[in-house]
Amino acid sequence: MTQATASGDLYLSITNLWKAFGEFLALKDISLDINEGEFICFLGPSGCGKTTLLRAIAGLDLQTKGEVLQDGKDVSNLPPSQRDFGIVFQSYALFPNLTIEKNIAFGLENTGRGKSEITARVNELLHLVGLPEQGKKYPAQLSGGQQQRIALARAIATNPGLLLLDEPLSALDAKVRVHLRHEIKELQRKLGVTTVMVTHDQEEALTMADRIVVMNQGVIEQVGSPTEIYREPANLFVADFIGEMNQLPATARGKAGISIGADSDIVKSQEHKFADGEAIVAAIRPEDVIPHANGSGTPDETDVIGDPENVFTVLIAEMEFLGSFWRCRLQNEYFCDSELIADLSINAVRRFELEAGKTMVVELPQNRLMAFPRSEAS
Amino acid sequence: MSTPSTNITSMPPGPVIKSKLSRDDIVMRGGMVVIALYLIVTLAFPLYAMLSKSFSTYRFELSQYEMQVSDQDGVFDGTVLNPVDLNAATGAFEDADFSAGSDSRLAVTKLFPDFSFRSPVMYQIRNAQPGGRFLVGSTLHDDMEWLTLDSNSFRRVQLRPVKSTGVDNFVNYFSTPALFNSVKNSLVIAVISTVVTVTLAFWFAYALNRSCMRFKGVFRLIAMAPILVPSLLPGIALVYLFGNQGMLKELLFGASIYGPIGIVIGSVFFTFPHAFLIISTALAISDARLYEAAVSLRASPWRTFWTVTIPSARYGLISAGFVVFNLVITDFGLPKVIGGQFNMLAVDIYKQVIGQQNFEMGAVVSVVLIVPAIFAFALDRYVQSKQVATLSARSVPFQPSPNAKMDRIFLIYSSLIGLFIVGILAVCQFAALVKFWPYDLSLSLNNYQFDKMDGGGWNSYYNSIKLGLLTAVIGTSVIFFGAYLVEKSNGFRVGRSLFQMIAMLPMAIPGMVLGLAYIFFFNNPANPLNVIYGTMAILVISAVTHFYTVSHLTAVTALKQMDREFESVSASLKQPTMKLFTRVTVPVCLPAVLDISIYLFVNALTTVSAVVFLYSPKTSLASIAVLNMDDAGDIAPAAAMGMMIFYTNAGARIIHLILSKGVLRRTQAWRAR
Repeated sequence: MTQATASGDLYLSITNLWKAFGEFLALKDISLDINEGEFICFLGPSGCGKTTLLRAIAGLDLQTKGEVLQDGKDVSNLPPSQRDFGIVFQSYALFPNLTIEKNIAFGLENTGRGKSEITARVNELLHLVGLPEQGKKYPAQLSGGQQQRIALARAIATNPGLLLLDEPLSALDAKVRVHLRHEIKELQRKLGVTTVMVTHDQEEALTMADRIVVMNQGVIEQVGSPTEIYREPANLFVADFIGEMNQLPATARGKAGISIGADSDIVKSQEHKFADGEAIVAAIRPEDVIPHANGSGTPDETDVIGDPENVFTVLIAEMEFLGSFWRCRLQNEYFCDSELIADLSINAVRRFELEAGKTMVVELPQNRLMAFPRSEAS
Repeated sequence: MSTPSTNITSMPPGPVIKSKLSRDDIVMRGGMVVIALYLIVTLAFPLYAMLSKSFSTYRFELSQYEMQVSDQDGVFDGTVLNPVDLNAATGAFEDADFSAGSDSRLAVTKLFPDFSFRSPVMYQIRNAQPGGRFLVGSTLHDDMEWLTLDSNSFRRVQLRPVKSTGVDNFVNYFSTPALFNSVKNSLVIAVISTVVTVTLAFWFAYALNRSCMRFKGVFRLIAMAPILVPSLLPGIALVYLFGNQGMLKELLFGASIYGPIGIVIGSVFFTFPHAFLIISTALAISDARLYEAAVSLRASPWRTFWTVTIPSARYGLISAGFVVFNLVITDFGLPKVIGGQFNMLAVDIYKQVIGQQNFEMGAVVSVVLIVPAIFAFALDRYVQSKQVATLSARSVPFQPSPNAKMDRIFLIYSSLIGLFIVGILAVCQFAALVKFWPYDLSLSLNNYQFDKMDGGGWNSYYNSIKLGLLTAVIGTSVIFFGAYLVEKSNGFRVGRSLFQMIAMLPMAIPGMVLGLAYIFFFNNPANPLNVIYGTMAILVISAVTHFYTVSHLTAVTALKQMDREFESVSASLKQPTMKLFTRVTVPVCLPAVLDISIYLFVNALTTVSAVVFLYSPKTSLASIAVLNMDDAGDIAPAAAMGMMIFYTNAGARIIHLILSKGVLRRTQAWRAR
């Protein structure tokens, strides 16, 4: 799973990286390979070490141990000024007393470029980020989203091999954020620059990244494409952190079977490695629960049940209207005290005439029903 | 993928990665080391020299010498005389006569009752032990050869004392009531002045921040005026008002202004702006929601005052108290002018050093003075560190509402304070313009003919301007750059916190003590830096060092408001940090830079204590001229020179204001949206 999905060659290689702040270990034995042209997101709750890892890659806060190889060159102990990267911070860090042009030109000066060349490059960049008319203004005269784009233009002005984005969108309004997500991704694709972005926003990571690195408490929990991460979480933390996940106490039965609770009939699940009888957690996403019939037991003629063993009759305890779908809380003796949450389409609710207090039949499809060790349960 | 282990608790052993230093890192660390060295050479070394001086004692040791006396024909019989025995036999010297200073000499002829410089008797003398020293005339003998002298030459033999280290000076100090009393005097005066000043300043600040009285701007301006004059100026005004020929002398009902009363009144005058500024800041940041809550809970105004106002201003009050205490106890000019026979520690240092040339005792008094000063300083830092921001972003600023009766009371109160401050200055100005107080009150400019007075003349005024400008330019550059290096460089943690500590130190060291320490350190012929002694350079260094801390803190506060990531961005763009410093940091921090320079300028002009031991006839200063002319009885010219300092500083402030506004408009266009 650590194999890169993008086609480029290996560009950035992190090996056995550790970072200690006194007694506290912020990064524990991190290893990660990033390919050329990839868009990578470091995703995790605050304090998971994602920003620390980014700053180690940049050389801004050196790791305590471990190696960083960039483009085949060992940069482990180089200061930031001797590495090859552009960076955008959450605060943008635009120089407030310099005009937009001067901000973008800052890194172009003293590089052997002539004045006219610099002006041309600045104009090119202003066009690239869609702000061609704003060059003479000061940062404070621009909106947050515009400042963001200027910071981006400044970071890529010198054509760095690596673009680092430290929560670049989190200071913006929700609408601007969605818009800029798309723009940054487009820009990155156009330039083909290898990009690492730190974020705590899973939606941001899922929509922008080629691969997501999910981090927690200083370690990497999983690396994979957005769909892999979402559909095949490596563990309960990832499953729970990204999207919603039902967690039901269960018992392992055979190689691809489990009992919900302790003693439901055996239902089929994804293949797992647990020993027969081991206490586990069964997990399924709310949108993967398939409705089949209402309580009166008249199954729809057109409806095909995939796995007859995986069918439960449940009581609808509560229904919550969320616009495009209904969120239903379902109860069953085998779920013990847990409730099964199912996101049902408006269509299905109408078709089966579902309402709170009624019973209904649902299927937990075998290929979406996952098993995780019990001890991990958070 | 295997389950990651989130529960790893330790790193494998092995070497830790060390960063390669970039050019910028080297430049910044180098800069920091240079400025730290500056502080060590101009602060730590002199203080150490002073401390060791205070433990140096000098004593004549007769046992170090041997002598022989010939008969009337000049023939020696070989009998070696021990001076200790001679003294025991003759009783020529008491034990106390052997206590000495570093420059003391002792003539030996007293040991020979029959001595006559006309007699043909010959004498021989030698050092019995290595290290013994005696003079014949001005020739030093420190070998152990016998020296044969006729009577007339023997008359010119003088013994030199032996230096040793010990607490004798301190024992001496604490067993001399005349000296020891000063400790009590200083503490009492400082405490009384602190209580009075803080109380007066609190109500003044309260009136300005919490009432709707009129003329607030004028009162704010007046309250800051005392900062522009040397601390001894109010002393001169008080002499004119309440002195032996004072116009309001009767108001004291026979009490004398020369002494504690004068010192306290003058101290209130010159410390008032400091207390007012701190308390005013504390009162300005208040959350209106607390007062609304108090009103809705039906608390009486009195209760609200004690449960909301005072607690939120308490750190300001405490801080103001420490600052005033420190200013008063370390001040020298005021008690010198108006103290009369009432001794205070800072004046004692001056008297010991200038009056009695007893440098060791001066050092002892300095050490004694440092103790309360450092104590007050440390407590203040401690209280400040306890202070947390009480104002959140959601606080609503307090808006006072009109209250006719209270506003009138506050206006009357503020007017009285204003009258006191303006009155003191007006008296000085009036006295300076009057021909001969109190007999001929017609006006003239005679008192401005400084060149005819003792004290350095107009030259000292020009010297002061020069000192002010040099201190402002050099001091601001060094201090701001130093603060930048400490605040914005990476790694080097130990070095940086060490630097921060050294930068805080000058505030705790009284000016007199720093000046005296400079004598010991820079006037030592063995010190290669000796060349700056007696020049303008040492005055600039002393002023910069003395006022380092406040300037440093101003710079640090401004720098902390800069985005932390500017340096990171600059490094990622491969631009030298110094380019960032000159193109972004300095322009953005320009208001703070200008504030630091005006602070240094004004203080360089008004300080007496930091320079009183260091000026030479060529580098006499205006503030020193005030002191010396007052000392010589030329009080009116002293007042005139004092007011010159006032007008110069006021003018500098106005220029600073115009300059700031102009520069801000030009370079800080970005501030406007």
